[in-house]
Amino acid sequence: MKHVIIGAGPAGVVAAETLRRHNAKCSITLIGNEGKPPYSRMALPYLLIDRIAEPGTYLRQSPGHYDDLKIEYVQANVAAVDPDKKTITLDEGAPLAYDRLLLATGAHPIKPPIKGLDLPGVHTCWTLDDADEIGALAKSGAHVVLMGAGFIGSIILEALVLKGVTLSVVEMEDRMVPRMMDEVAGNMLKSWCTSKGVNILTGTKITEISQGDDGLNVTLDKGNIPAAQLVVVAAGVRSNIDFLKGSGVETKEGVMVDDHLQTNIEGIYAAGDVAQAKDLSTGDFNVLAIQPTAVEHGRIAAMNMGGLDTPHRGSLSMNVLDTLGLISSSFGQWMGEKGSDSATMVDKTNYRYLRLEFQGDCLIGAQSVGLSEHIGMLRGLIQSGTHLGNWKQILMTSPHRISEAYVSTLHKNAS
Amino acid sequence: MAWTRKILRVNLTEGTCVSEPLNMDWALKYLGQRGLGTKYLMEEIDPKVDPLSPDNKMIFATGPLTGTCASTAGRYSVITKGALTGAIACSNSGGYFGAELKFAGWDMIIFEGKSEKPVYLCIIDDKAELLSAEGLWGKSVWDTDAAIKATHQEPMMHIAAIGVAGEKGNMYACIVNDLHRAAGRSGVGAVMGSKNLKAVAVRGTGGVSVEDFGAFMKSTEAGKKALAENAVTGEGLPAYGTQVLMNVINESGALPTRNFRDVQFESANDISAEAMAEPRRSDGKPNLLTNQACFSCTIACGRISQIDKDHFSVVNKPEYWGAEGGLEYEAAWALGAATGVKDLEALTYANYICNEQGYDPISFGSTLAAAMDMYEEGVLTKKDTGGVELKFGSAEMLTKMADLTGTMEGFGEQLGLGSKRLCEKYGRPELSMTVKGQEFPAYDPRGIQGMGLTYATSNRGACHLRSYTVSSEILGIPEKTDPLSTDGKAGLVKAFQDATAAVDSAGLCIFTTFAWTLEDIAPQVDAACEGNWTPDTLMEAGERIWNMERNFNLAAGFSGKDDELPKRLMKDAAKTGPAKGMVSGLDKMLPEYYEVRGWNTKGVPTEETLSRLGV
Amino acid sequence: MQKTLVIDPGKCTGCKQCELACSYVKEGSFNPSKSRIRVFDFHTEGRFVPYTCTQCDEAWCQQACPVDAITTDPVSGVKQVHENLCVGCKVCTIACPFGTINYNVASGKVVKCDHCGGDPECVKACPTQAILYSDVEQAGYDKMQQWAGKTDNAAPANSA
Ligand SMILES: Cc1cc2nc3c(=O)[nH]c(=O)nc-3n(C[C@H](O)[C@H](O)[C@H](O)COP(=O)(O)OP(=O)(O)OC[C@H]3O[C@@H](n4cnc5c(N)ncnc54)[C@H](O)[C@@H]3O)c2cc1C
Ligand code: SF4
Repeated sequence: MKHVIIGAGPAGVVAAETLRRHNAKCSITLIGNEGKPPYSRMALPYLLIDRIAEPGTYLRQSPGHYDDLKIEYVQANVAAVDPDKKTITLDEGAPLAYDRLLLATGAHPIKPPIKGLDLPGVHTCWTLDDADEIGALAKSGAHVVLMGAGFIGSIILEALVLKGVTLSVVEMEDRMVPRMMDEVAGNMLKSWCTSKGVNILTGTKITEISQGDDGLNVTLDKGNIPAAQLVVVAAGVRSNIDFLKGSGVETKEGVMVDDHLQTNIEGIYAAGDVAQAKDLSTGDFNVLAIQPTAVEHGRIAAMNMGGLDTPHRGSLSMNVLDTLGLISSSFGQWMGEKGSDSATMVDKTNYRYLRLEFQGDCLIGAQSVGLSEHIGMLRGLIQSGTHLGNWKQILMTSPHRISEAYVSTLHKNAS
Repeated sequence: MAWTRKILRVNLTEGTCVSEPLNMDWALKYLGQRGLGTKYLMEEIDPKVDPLSPDNKMIFATGPLTGTCASTAGRYSVITKGALTGAIACSNSGGYFGAELKFAGWDMIIFEGKSEKPVYLCIIDDKAELLSAEGLWGKSVWDTDAAIKATHQEPMMHIAAIGVAGEKGNMYACIVNDLHRAAGRSGVGAVMGSKNLKAVAVRGTGGVSVEDFGAFMKSTEAGKKALAENAVTGEGLPAYGTQVLMNVINESGALPTRNFRDVQFESANDISAEAMAEPRRSDGKPNLLTNQACFSCTIACGRISQIDKDHFSVVNKPEYWGAEGGLEYEAAWALGAATGVKDLEALTYANYICNEQGYDPISFGSTLAAAMDMYEEGVLTKKDTGGVELKFGSAEMLTKMADLTGTMEGFGEQLGLGSKRLCEKYGRPELSMTVKGQEFPAYDPRGIQGMGLTYATSNRGACHLRSYTVSSEILGIPEKTDPLSTDGKAGLVKAFQDATAAVDSAGLCIFTTFAWTLEDIAPQVDAACEGNWTPDTLMEAGERIWNMERNFNLAAGFSGKDDELPKRLMKDAAKTGPAKGMVSGLDKMLPEYYEVRGWNTKGVPTEETLSRLGV
Repeated sequence: MQKTLVIDPGKCTGCKQCELACSYVKEGSFNPSKSRIRVFDFHTEGRFVPYTCTQCDEAWCQQACPVDAITTDPVSGVKQVHENLCVGCKVCTIACPFGTINYNVASGKVVKCDHCGGDPECVKACPTQAILYSDVEQAGYDKMQQWAGKTDNAAPANSA
C-alpha cells in the first residue's frame, strides 16, 4: 500500500506517524513545499520574540525522526491531482503514484482587496520566511500597524508588543476576537490591551496603504494614525485548494469530506486547515483552522486510510489566547444556541469572565477570561456530553464552580 | 525565611491598605502568631480601650510554620482586646485560611479604626482592597462565603467571616473560616463586627519557603511519624475526634453538668464519640460521616456529620441535610451536658448554627445553662424568655435558642450577652460559671484540680487551651499526675502555659502535643525560620509571652482578685464520682503559682522576672 | 510494568500534604497553587478528591503540542513536558479533556504530573494512603480510562 500525504504541517505529520504506528510495512511519502523540515506555524510568534530559534519550531525534535519511521519526506510543490490515474503531478520531475492520498495542504492568509497591501513593509505572518521579515522590521520603537484582531492577529499582537514596538491594531468588527468570544470578553481584551499601551481601533477599516516619507501611510475610514514602519496583515485564512481545480475533488470553502474524512473520491482524504469537515457542536461542515483539529483530523484520516474504520464524530472548536498576560479561551458553542441556558460571571475590574452555555444539563460551549486553571475540563465536559445533573443548577448561579462539577461528575461516572 | 516579612495594615476608618515590613527583632523574641501578634497589640493600643470602640485593634497573625508541610501548620490567631472579657484575647483557628494568607504573601493583618459602612477585605496575592459588604450584611457566614467566592469567581478563595451574631454584637461571637473552623473564644467576632468588617477573603498563589529545607524536611517527617505512631494522635483523634473524651471525662467525675450542678452526666454516652459513629435508630445511618483534616494536618480530628433528615431540627430545611462540621468535644459538652440535653442530632444542629452564624458554642451552651439555672430557680420566667420553658434537658428549646442567638432575636439577644452579664443583669452573678467574664469549658475543676488553676489564671479568661493539664492528670501525657490532688499543680500549670504559648506562636495546633514535646517542635521551628530555637528558648519565649499577656491584663484593670473561681466550685462539693465530696483547691494552688511564676503575692510580675525575660 | 497513581477519595482527609510535597519538589517551595495534584473539597458530601493526570493513553496534550515538547516515556508511559522546548502556547491546556496540564505564569511553560520519575512524592506524603502507586490494572484507573474514551472524537469502539 502506498500512502502519499500532501502538506507537511501538523495534519500531514500526524497522519504519517499514525499510518506507521498501525502498519510497519506500508510506504509513506510526505510532501512539503516550504524547503524546511516540517514546522509549526503556531510557534512563529515565539520565534519572533526569540523565545526559540528556528529549530524550536519544528514539529518533531528528534533528529532522524522521519527516517527512523521510514517516512519519506519529499520537498516539492504539488501542482495537480489525477484521481483517475491515481497520480499527483509535482512542479518538477515525474508524477507520483498513490494508493491512498491525504490532502493536508493547510491554508494561506487572505490579503483583502485594499490598495497598497503589496507594498514592501506589508506582511502576513504565516511562514518562517514571513517571521524573518517581520522580525527585521519590528524594531524596538518602530510604529507597527496590525490589521485584524481576530484570533491569529491577537496572538501576533502579543509578540509585536514584546518586541518593543509601538502598536496600533485596526479591527473592522466591533470588538477583538469576534469569532472566538462575545462582546464582554472582546471588550475586556481591548481595555486590557489599551491599558498596556496598545492602540486598539475597533469598528475601523484600513482603506488604503501608501508609501510616504516616514514610512507607510495607513489611511483609515475614521481617524488617523502615524506612519508605520511595518504593517502586518492578519485578516483571515483560506484553504489551499487551488491545485485541485479540475481534479474532480469536491471543494467549497475547503475540501469537502464525509464522516470518515474521505473526499467524494474514494481513497482521497483531507485533514486540517484544508478540510471542510464536521463540527462537533453544530454537525455542520466547515473549516476549523486550528491546531488541535489539524492533529485530530490527521490521526483519524490516517486510521481510515490504513483500513481501520474510524468515524469522525466532529471536531470541537476551541482556542486559547494570551494577550499580554491576560489568558482567555473559548470552546464549542460559546455564543449559545437556540434554547440554551447561559450562565455568566463578569468581574470587569479584575478582568475575569466566565460564560457557560448549556443544553439541558450538558455543557455545549464556554468562554473564559482571566482563568487558566483546569480549563481543559471545559473541553472534557462539552466533548463527552456529560450530564451534569444537579450541578447544572449550581453552575447556573455559580459558574466558577465548574471544575468541582467536573471532578464530581467524573468520579460518579467512574465509580 | 518562613516569614514573608510583610504585614498588611488596614485602616478601616480611612479605607486604606498598606504594606509594611515585619518587625524581625520582635519575631526573634516572640516567635509569631500569638506571641508576636500580642506584642504588636501591646505596642499599639491602650489596654484600657473599650474593646468595641474604633480604638481597639484586631490582628490576624500567622506563625512561622504556617503554610509549611509541618503537621498542623495551617494556623492563625486573632488577637485583640476581647469583647467578652475586656482582657487580652487570642483565638486560634485551623482550616485553610491561615496558610492561604501566607501564600498571598502576608504574615499578619492589623485592622484599626472602624469603617463607616460594612466592608470586606479582599486579598489576592499582593493586592489588598476593602470592598463594600453592604450586600453581605445580614448574611450568615456560610452565605457570605459562597457569595464572595461567586463575586470573585474564585472557588479557591479562603474566607474568614462573621455571621449575624458578630454583626449584632453577640459578646461571644467568633470569626469562622472555611465554613466550620473558628477563632472561637472571647468575642473576637464582636470586635470584628464593631469595626463593620464582615469578612476577610484571601487567595494566595505564592509559596512559603523555609531556611533549611534539608533539616526541615527531616524534622517534620520525624514529627509526622511520631504523630502517626501515637495512640491519641494516630488512632483516637482521627477515629473519634476530641469527642473521644466524653466518656473518659465523665467517668473521671469531671464532666460539668447542668451549669456545674453535677460533675457527671447520666446521658454522656448518648452524646459521645461512640454514639456519633453508631448507626442511628431512626434512619440506620451514623451521625458521623467522615473525618476532616485542617491544612497540613496529619491527625485529622475534624468531624463531618450529617443530621437525620427527619429529625425535628431540620424537617423542611434541606439546606441542613448535607454534610457539615460535626461536634467537637467542647461543643458537645456545652450544648449537651451543660444544658442536660442528650439528643445528639439536636446538638449537631445547634453546632451547625454556631458555625453558620458565628458564635462560640462553649460560651453559648454555658450561658444557656446559666439561664436555665436561673429559670429553674424562678429568677427567669416565661415572660423573660418569650414564652419558652428554659428547662434543663429540652432539645427543642436548645435548637430554638440556637436559632435566636444566631440572629440575636428574642431571648437570643439576652443570651448573646454571655453568662456573666446575663447573670449580673438578673441579680445572680454567682450562677455565672466564668473567669474574667469567659465561660468555662468542659472540665470540672473539682474533678481535675489542675484545671481550676488553669481557668483562674488563664489570661483570656476561663479556657482549657491555655494549659491543658487534662493531658497529664487524666491521660498521663507527658506523665501522670493525680487529678484530685493539688500538689505540684502550680508548677505543672506554669509549664503547660509556657509551652502552649510557644506552640500557639509557632503556627502549630496544640493537639500535636499529645505526641510532641518541645524537643520535637524545636528542630522544626529552628529549621524554618530566623532565630535559635531550642526547647529552652521556646520555653523562655512562652514564658515571656505569658508575662506580656499578664501585663496587658494588669494594665487593662485586672488584678490578682480576678484569678478566682465561682463560689459553686469552691463551696459546693462534687456529688458523685471519684471527686465526690471535693471542691476546688484553688486557694492552695494560687499562692504557689504566683511564686513559681516569679510574681508578687498580688499576682504582679516582679521587676526581676520581667527583666529576666526581657519584657 | 507500568504504574499509576491509584486514588481512593474515601481515605482522603483534605490535609493537602500531597499538594505541599508536590510543590516543594517541583517548585522549591510550599505552594499548593502550583501543585500538580489538587485536592477537591466537596464539603456538603464530606468528600475530598485528590485529582491529577492519569497519564492517559490518548495523550491529548502531547498530540496537540505544536513543537514536540511533550513526550511519552516508553517504559513508564508517563507524559513529560520538556521545558526547554515548550513555548508556552497553552494549546495542550485546552486540548487535555481532564484539565490536568496547566500553565505556570512564572515560568511561562506548562506543568503536569510526571510521577516524579517513578517515586511520586504525593504518595509518600499522604498520611492515610489515599494515594498509592501501583500497577496499571487497577479498577479505578480503567474506569477513568473508559471515561477518557468518551471524549475521543474518533468513535471509541473503533479507535485502536
Ligand atoms: C502565527 C500563527 C499562530 C497560530 N496560533 C495558533 C494557536 O495558538 N492555536 C491554534 O489552534 N492554531 C493556531 N494557528 C493555526 C495553526 O497553525 C493551523 O491551524 C495549523 O498549522 C494547520 O495545520 P495544517 O497541517 O492543516 O496546515 P499547515 O500547518 O498550514 O501545513 C500545510 C503545509 O502544506 C504545505 N502545502 C500547501 N500546499 C501544498 C502543495 N500544493 N504542495 C506541497 N505542499 C503544500 C504548506 O506550505 C504547509 O507547509 C496559528 C497559525 C499562525 C499562522
Ligand atoms: S504550552 Fe508548551 S507543551 Fe503545551 S502545547 Fe504549547 S508548547 Fe507544547
